[in-house]
Amino acid sequence: MKISGANLLRLLLERQGVRLIAGIPGGANLPFYDALHAPEPRTDRRGTIRHILARHEQGAGFIAHGLARVTGRAGVCLATSGPGATNLLTAIADARLDSVPLVALTGQVPRAMIGTDAFQEVDTYGLTLPVTKHNFLVRDAAELLEVVPLAFQLAESGRPGPVAIDVPKDVQNAIVEVDAWPAPGRPLPAPACPDALIDALAHRLAAAQRPVLYLGGGVITAGAASLAGALARRISAPTVCTLMALGAMPPDDPLFMGMLGMHAARGTNLLLEETDLLVAVGARFDDRATGKVAEFCPHAAIAHLDIDAAEIGKIKPAFLGLVGDAADILRRLLARLPAQQRPAWRARAAHLRAAHPLRHPARAADPLHPVNLCRFLGEILPPDTIVTTDVGQHQMWVAQAYPVRRPRTLLTSGGLGTMGFGLPAAIGAALALSDVEGPALPVRHSLGEGGSEADRISITRDPKLKTQDRTPRVVCVSGDGSLLMNIQELATLAELDLPVAVLVFNNAQLGLVRQQQELFYGRRYAAAHFAAVPDFAALARAFGVRGLRLDPARDPLADLAAALAGPGACVIDIPIHEGANVLPMVPPGAANRHMIAEPELELSHA
Amino acid sequence: MPDAIEPALPVLEGKELLPGLRDQPPPAGDAKSGCHLLNDIPANAGTAVIELRVRNHPGTMSHITGLFARRGFNLEAIACAPVGDGRESRMLLLLADEPRLDQVERQLAKLYDVLAVRHRPDVPAAFFRNLFPPADHTAAAPAHGTFTGTLP
Repeated sequence: MKISGANLLRLLLERQGVRLIAGIPGGANLPFYDALHAPEPRTDRRGTIRHILARHEQGAGFIAHGLARVTGRAGVCLATSGPGATNLLTAIADARLDSVPLVALTGQVPRAMIGTDAFQEVDTYGLTLPVTKHNFLVRDAAELLEVVPLAFQLAESGRPGPVAIDVPKDVQNAIVEVDAWPAPGRPLPAPACPDALIDALAHRLAAAQRPVLYLGGGVITAGAASLAGALARRISAPTVCTLMALGAMPPDDPLFMGMLGMHAARGTNLLLEETDLLVAVGARFDDRATGKVAEFCPHAAIAHLDIDAAEIGKIKPAFLGLVGDAADILRRLLARLPAQQRPAWRARAAHLRAAHPLRHPARAADPLHPVNLCRFLGEILPPDTIVTTDVGQHQMWVAQAYPVRRPRTLLTSGGLGTMGFGLPAAIGAALALSDVEGPALPVRHSLGEGGSEADRISITRDPKLKTQDRTPRVVCVSGDGSLLMNIQELATLAELDLPVAVLVFNNAQLGLVRQQQELFYGRRYAAAHFAAVPDFAALARAFGVRGLRLDPARDPLADLAAALAGPGACVIDIPIHEGANVLPMVPPGAANRHMIAEPELELSHA
Repeated sequence: MPDAIEPALPVLEGKELLPGLRDQPPPAGDAKSGCHLLNDIPANAGTAVIELRVRNHPGTMSHITGLFARRGFNLEAIACAPVGDGRESRMLLLLADEPRLDQVERQLAKLYDVLAVRHRPDVPAAFFRNLFPPADHTAAAPAHGTFTGTLP
């Protein structure tokens, strides 16, 4: 069969099971756009991939994040050469740091013009090299047969991550002879962890007095959340989660101690001071979690389970490193662990949790306090609601106060901390949920008999309903600073008419910057306050999206619930206090036990 | 009053702004080799040699040197040559004063183009010193295409 490189790329993606691509066209990827949309000349067949037109390549990248983070399968984004490629970089780097499977396709100037400083030429290969798992510059159309399946295999295998494929325009136009199709790229099984190491951990756990489980995003990636919970209960180990692991354990589990680190509850960080055995699962000892590393878990031996061997001992020495699939290791560990009662340790954890609650004004006194808002959202949103956040104070308030009940229902930029992530990621999540004919939704389970049903999202759809009614609502919690960083995607949202609600926690500031300047820079506020803040409700309407602003003088929570119950997309502007801080807080670089507390006089328990 | 907030500082000449050049000692050792930095390495003092088997294509070297640059690993010398039919290459890396050897090896092993990583304690650091034959200044220069003027 003779076929153009562009059509070959499309067919390989279709064979890969790709149903959605988010992107923006431009000179260097137009042959591929033609292949995506035009009927094939010989068969009159049209492609099956739906293209989502974003308004900025970074938006396209984060729409692909939303797809990938909900399904566990590689999301695909597409940009042209030059500025299209550079605009994608932030989303690619974000996928690298949060281990999100992503395949980024870029057009490139024709091969003969590479290196001549041609129009819209940039060294995409060189730019993507340090922020991808692997990257390709396709030098011959026939190479696509190898590169495309390999890109998906690499993106989804082991610790997932982004892979970039740069395709020169003349390669897209070249005609090649294809004799046989390669098998679609699938994740490779992780090497099995030796039994001896699992035995060693089981023995060490039996000897421990005060074990703590420290769960990272890898637990969710591996579909091992319910197994981790089973381990916690089996050995009576209090469990802490990183930001990326929220949802791995039900928030009402008596052993759940919430997020650790910079904005943890004080009791959670104090518990880590006392543990004698820390079992890290799919976590990477990020500085926001550990605080001053030398003083993190000072009395603990560390056992580290990770699929990435390079994470073992990267930050903290571990006496035991178990490399492999978390679900597989946890299942084999559970098989050899008897129930261990640790009543005193459980009681100690319960005491620490009760003694150090999140302090905030009572709801009646201050319904729009961010903690009260997040708690309220937890009450009114169905448990399978997907919440995305941007980055800043609102993100930490969600992490502290919103009960994330299921894996893959909190999508947030954890490692790179990209403001502007939330809205396009919410669009991608809503697309994943509305992709009715799509592959079974949470697709990446661990290999073999993966996690239990609880690790998978189940969505019931009534086919008689319209798309927007049968798709569960996705909520993007954002801030007035973050939202403006990808506000143009409201146009994408309006066009797609997806049930995404954007909640703007509006304090007319870069709130976390203002907070740090207040606490650590002598209240010398620099570039933290916005003199001009747009009317977000009017802005939403200008884009064709329902918009409203909550009035604190009315019953704002009732208005919020009513707005969320309405159909389709909406932007809800929520005025919050300008002085509200995310507390408690560990000063950057300090040990986690040194937390700045809330000023108690102003607040009461709620 | 600009003087009050802006203490007078000496103005540096352009050439003085070039970092490090002023402090650099004159090249030591065999001047003919043109490779004084390598000669400065004391034999086997805090050094390690790692051998890689890699896929031989244009991006491989970038992936490896980029890894060392962005993770702040110390890389002192590289020797690389294709093996067999040329689809693979072998590479010897000289690491000096790198306390995170284990981490270096694990990060290298994660690169797709790196097929094998192994320690070569049998290769002395001196190996890298002898890679370059002394330049033969008596050999005839190419007839054309050679820049012979002086740089401005």
